[in-house]
Amino acid sequence: MKRFSDTGAGIVPYGHTGTVVEERRRKGRPPFVREAFLGRENMKNILMGLAALALASAATGVQAQDRQVNMAVSIPAADHGWTGGVVYHAERAKKTLEARYPGLKITVKTSPDGASQANALEDLTAQGIDALVTLPHNSDELTDPIRQVKEKGIFVTVVDRALSDQTIQDLYVAGNNPELGRVAGEYIKKELGGKGDVVVIRGLPIVIDEERQKGFDEGIKGSDIKVLDRQFGNWSRDDAFKVMQDYLAKYKKIDAVWCQDDDMAVGVLEAIQQADRKDIKFVVGGAGMKEMIKRVADGDTMIPVDVLYPPAMIATAMELTASNFYDQIPIRGSYILDATLVTKENAKEFYFPDSPF
Amino acid sequence: MSNTTAAQPAKRSLGDIDLRAVAPFVALAVLFVFGAMVNPNFLGLDNLTNVVTRSAFIAIIAIGATFVISAGGLDLSVGSMAAFVAGTMILFLNTGAVAGDSGMIAAAMCLALATGALCGLANGLITTLGRIEPFIVTLGTMGIFRALTIYLAEGGSIAMKSQELRAAYRPIYFGNVLGVPIPVIVILVVAILGAFILYRTRFGRHVMAVGSNEEVARYSGISVNRVRTLTYVIQGICVAIAVLVYVPRLGAATPTTGLLWELQAITAVVIGGTALRGGVGRIWGTICGALILELVGNIMVLSDMVSEYLIGAVQGAIIIIAMLIQRSLGRR
Repeated sequence: MKRFSDTGAGIVPYGHTGTVVEERRRKGRPPFVREAFLGRENMKNILMGLAALALASAATGVQAQDRQVNMAVSIPAADHGWTGGVVYHAERAKKTLEARYPGLKITVKTSPDGASQANALEDLTAQGIDALVTLPHNSDELTDPIRQVKEKGIFVTVVDRALSDQTIQDLYVAGNNPELGRVAGEYIKKELGGKGDVVVIRGLPIVIDEERQKGFDEGIKGSDIKVLDRQFGNWSRDDAFKVMQDYLAKYKKIDAVWCQDDDMAVGVLEAIQQADRKDIKFVVGGAGMKEMIKRVADGDTMIPVDVLYPPAMIATAMELTASNFYDQIPIRGSYILDATLVTKENAKEFYFPDSPF
Repeated sequence: MSNTTAAQPAKRSLGDIDLRAVAPFVALAVLFVFGAMVNPNFLGLDNLTNVVTRSAFIAIIAIGATFVISAGGLDLSVGSMAAFVAGTMILFLNTGAVAGDSGMIAAAMCLALATGALCGLANGLITTLGRIEPFIVTLGTMGIFRALTIYLAEGGSIAMKSQELRAAYRPIYFGNVLGVPIPVIVILVVAILGAFILYRTRFGRHVMAVGSNEEVARYSGISVNRVRTLTYVIQGICVAIAVLVYVPRLGAATPTTGLLWELQAITAVVIGGTALRGGVGRIWGTICGALILELVGNIMVLSDMVSEYLIGAVQGAIIIIAMLIQRSLGRR
């Protein structure tokens, strides 16, 4: 089991993750973040790195790849664009990982709500698993069910939504929610010259939405930006369309819209176009939906930027978890993806025409 | 403009001295006064046009639901069915199988109507021939239609690819004839047709008969199964018509398309005075119910009184109060 420390290969691709990042977060410093998005190019590099490792391990004479490992992936059902992206990337990662490690068996299970996800966790555990990668519906609700999984000695990776008790997880992979809000807020502050009227459309009343709102407030702090209104759009195009129509009826002058999600931005843009209002200078969404990235790349003035929060983070988590079993790479800790501001200049890097989201 | 839509049928019903039928319109009027007090912008033409236009989906679907519920049935699958019909319609539009934008759109509309009718037929046949409770059957098809949509979308959304086609189709939601938005015209046409079928034809009377007492209807020589199945087909066609208006709005079907529309449609039907147990159907009341639902949401956003966390509670309370007003009028 010690053979990787001999080659020194274990620290190559993920040397900067793990506990160092956790340490920096605790000290309030930004985490080291090298890549915002594990895009195809980056993924390829990492895959090649891992493939090289796999070869190295084969050379040592032990067929670690044949070791039987059952990995369960429990994620929300595709109820909006972003979770749809999560399901897509989970299925894709399952294919690549199972091809790479013949002994690895991955079960992807989607659940429509928190209660059924708790049931799914029980069912998956009963089948006998070695690792669990989960994107919980709701942190508070699922903390105990995940704790029970952990108590069976199963390796637990939590994605996106942090548990109420952080000691349960072995690995935490997430986008940076406060940062997503802060980056959007700072951009709006800068573009409006520190003064203006902004309306906000929120997602659903859960932790990540709260974190984003707090980050946004921090981003616009110290300016004369006035937030006229905050209403829930439920991360849905149709609901965001309605809320935006109502904002347009309620306020005669709006300078910018922050809707924190690209799905909702679609509805917002449609409502603005219909009302034929010229006072709104731009809309800031978030996540990195391909249609919106394309608009940014094309220089659309209404969508000048986007803030990344990639659904492919589930694939990052599955990759890291698998490498814990097969490549003996130290991965325990937190892996926080950056909330990169996508501008016209760098948009090409983040555009994936084949992705469903 | 929504004032006129609401007031006309109200006057007609007043002649019949049936206060129960007028009650939803009184509730609507109370809501109008409340909205005007909350925010002066509420009575603006733009705002009212927006609200009436976007109530079109629920209103049209609820007209179909009025038939199903009057006949003693229930359809929980309408929201998922809307997403499925929208998805297949957009996929067809993306194939570009027919030359010319208008020809393509017309073909896609026919396909959507056929898909909707078939989905409804499936619901109807499983319910009647399989002799299973409609609640269970449509709960099952609800899951099936939703999953098929997500499957077709590969977990993402299905969007119209051609921008020219999108531009050509857009007026169906955003356009207007003499200042009346096209979706509002569609509501009126569907409602007039629905009212005619339900009140003036033999089939309509059979629907009521089956809904009030199935056994009596059967002994009177009515083919109960045929009538029930047809109400589901009508429901399917209404869903498809709603989709025809929905697709040009955002040009995409997503996993959230039509989410919980079934509950909104059923609520609209019940607020409108149709009995959930069947036997009574009120098309114009249903339209009124759909407007009330949409207005409540609109008033909440326009008001600054309620915390965004409590909007759901206030919406629920307003719906219950609207029902109470209706009941108290009905008793007089």
